[in-house]
Amino acid sequence: MLAIARQRMLGQSFKKILPAVSVLRSYSSAAKQITVREALNSALDEEMSADPKVFLMGEEVGEYQGAYKITKGLLEKYGPERVLDTPITEAGFTGIGVGAAYYGLKPVVEFMTFNFSMQAIDHIINSAAKSNYMSAGQISVPIVFRGPNGAAAGVGAQHSQCYAAWYASCPGLKVLSPYNSEDARGLLKAAIRDPDPVVFLENELLYGESFPVSDEVLDSSFCLPIGKAKIEREGKDVTITAFSKMAAEMLEKDGIYAEVINLRSIRPLDRSTINASVRKTNRLITVEEGFPQHGVGAEICASVVEESFSYLDAPVERIAGADVPMPYAANLERMAVPQVEDIVRAAKRACYRSVPLAATA
Amino acid sequence: MANWLRISSRTVANHIKKRMNKEFMGGAVHVNQSSGLWWGLNRGGPVSDRNRRHMDPLAWNRATLLCVQRFKTTLAEKQHDSFLSSDSDDDNQSVDFPGGKVSYTSEMSFISESSQTRVPCYRVLEDDGDLISDCDFQQVSKEDAVKMYSNMVTLQIMDNIFYEAQRQGRISFYLTSAGEEAISIASAAALSEQDIILPQYREPGVLLWRGFTLQEFADQCFGNKADYGKGRQMPIHYGSKKHNFFTISSPIATQLPQAAGIAYSLKMDNKKACVVSYIGDGGTSEGDFHAGLNFAAVMEAPVIFFCRNNGWAISTNVSEQFRSDGIVVKGRAYGIRSIRVDGNDALAVYSAVSAAREMAINEQRPILIEALTYRVGHHSTSDDSTKYRQLDEIVYWKKARNPVNRFRNWVQNIGWWSEQQETQLRNSVRKQLLEAIQVAEKTEKPPLSELFTDVYDHPPSNLEEQEKHLRETVTRHPKDYPSDISV
Repeated sequence: MLAIARQRMLGQSFKKILPAVSVLRSYSSAAKQITVREALNSALDEEMSADPKVFLMGEEVGEYQGAYKITKGLLEKYGPERVLDTPITEAGFTGIGVGAAYYGLKPVVEFMTFNFSMQAIDHIINSAAKSNYMSAGQISVPIVFRGPNGAAAGVGAQHSQCYAAWYASCPGLKVLSPYNSEDARGLLKAAIRDPDPVVFLENELLYGESFPVSDEVLDSSFCLPIGKAKIEREGKDVTITAFSKMAAEMLEKDGIYAEVINLRSIRPLDRSTINASVRKTNRLITVEEGFPQHGVGAEICASVVEESFSYLDAPVERIAGADVPMPYAANLERMAVPQVEDIVRAAKRACYRSVPLAATA
Repeated sequence: MANWLRISSRTVANHIKKRMNKEFMGGAVHVNQSSGLWWGLNRGGPVSDRNRRHMDPLAWNRATLLCVQRFKTTLAEKQHDSFLSSDSDDDNQSVDFPGGKVSYTSEMSFISESSQTRVPCYRVLEDDGDLISDCDFQQVSKEDAVKMYSNMVTLQIMDNIFYEAQRQGRISFYLTSAGEEAISIASAAALSEQDIILPQYREPGVLLWRGFTLQEFADQCFGNKADYGKGRQMPIHYGSKKHNFFTISSPIATQLPQAAGIAYSLKMDNKKACVVSYIGDGGTSEGDFHAGLNFAAVMEAPVIFFCRNNGWAISTNVSEQFRSDGIVVKGRAYGIRSIRVDGNDALAVYSAVSAAREMAINEQRPILIEALTYRVGHHSTSDDSTKYRQLDEIVYWKKARNPVNRFRNWVQNIGWWSEQQETQLRNSVRKQLLEAIQVAEKTEKPPLSELFTDVYDHPPSNLEEQEKHLRETVTRHPKDYPSDISV
């Protein structure tokens, strides 16, 4: 019966996150609902209020209230010295943010999308990530780089790339990717409080989505630990790892009791949770939006093969975006991003319920 | 003769100092083509089209000489309009645009790509070390002057010996400040210990001035366990928190926007200190140069951008680097007060940096200093500059335009230095350096644990595991590892 109910839910549009799905999650007194946008805004507000060294910078974060309205109201509340509208130079304002962090301030630098962070990547990697090590602990960089990451809808190749794998391969950085409002609040607060440079990958399509949050989550001292994944749903047939928007898709399965792990933290990766889960289910599918080669899934697969090889009953499968720059046309875009159906088929393959894929070149 | 010189330069100096203190921040424009201090203050008002056509800086300055007003940041915007309304010549009706009022003209004229004369260079000493008569400069005490000179000699000897050490294979890399000793020592002397330094890589003189010992320099170059950098970086990438000298980072010009960011932090903290960031002529081509200067100006941050224009960026001559009149003219493009100074004249550098520091801190604004000099040495030990420039050019600058010799002549003529002290100093420094190198060479390399520390604030579990694993492997297979790995 439950399987049929789940099948009906599957028929709904996969892009919409169903509030009804919340019954599958275990939250304590899930009374209030807040959007991811509100979660991020309130996290920034509370951290700025608690620590006068925290300040925001980015294009349009002040007067315009934020390109995606994440920083709404903050200029009015904290003034132009703590919410800086920057000129258009990612390399410039990232360098300045890093410099301010060198001296002890705690900047939160917004990239309009992480695609634009490539213009600043030298500062992120060479000036921020490596500084503590290269200076032998004399220069610490308590900075947060945040902004939307990955595919949105109809924005084409230069606005849709996922940078999780790029940043997560660099020692010295921490890389987080929240899924829902609880993640957004807890992880952003943790990122701002963390003395190391943190790359905080949000998702534009999730900003407007509402999720239930408990009172504990709404408390200003709420914080999630960095480096711990969350088992969004327990299961026994196959482990599915996902992060950000993809975590939403995985909650609708038909007849397969998938254990869905919301990674939350790409670096450090919670290998112990992932491996413990695989040892329980014996099968693994990794899901991500980004390009397949050298992706997050590749790292998870290697980790599981290194630590839990004898527990695997089926080869690990990676589901990722197509190995092409993101096309614009809606039909092509849909084909370039993993859909629920792709994951369902992969799960079935892992559980031997369909003909395995023929060998591909 | 010497006596007369001493008296006159001191009285001149005192007289100048009084004048400078009075009109420092103000509008005094001293026009002296060859040796005077040239403060081309930005009046902020529009340039009338007639002036624009001629672009005669002298003519313009005479006009500004007449308006001696204290130049305050907060009044800048207002001065804009009041200057405009009081100026009644030319067809001066104004038109409004975002960014302010601007006058218009129906005569079409383009601002020339260069002015007829180059921006003059401020100097105080002749090439032979004689003080130029009737000049503006910040007097130096005997103690400071002797320390400056000694440091310049020490830097020169240190460069020679470390360079040789690299050639002997004892260290892997080195780069010298040959020809630029006055820049790093004199600029450091004009600053306070609280001012924060973001170097490029050719300014170890600043660290030397602040008390970094020869042993500390050697330890970093050898990457041993006494190195403050824990053996993490190539030689010459010094860094010292206690000396307010940020660890050198290789990518060019990244320190410029960082400097603006740090200056912004100082501003928020209301500190009576500034940031000084160094860059070469080549580095000004980087995008970060634009971002750093533009931002510092917009944020009104107390930072001094010090450009060492030594003529060469490895093999790229300045004529291939930019088509502007050097770097000093770029300051105006960002709304930054700028000066061009003779980088081989220690007193001129000292004066310019002193003045810049006062302005940066008291007026909360960035300043740009372009120091003209010459890179006597090769770019680094990985370079042989005779491949792209004439040997006699190098020899000329090394002999005839040497900043160390020039300053020595001045301190000797004043009676603050002698030949005997010279010999003593050189012998002593040489001896200390050779000892320092011997000690550094024999000192152990950093322990294995330092491979994994400082990646993050707290070591993460995966690195702790890796370290444990590595220790076990080294212990179990000692023959596979060098004997100097202390586990």
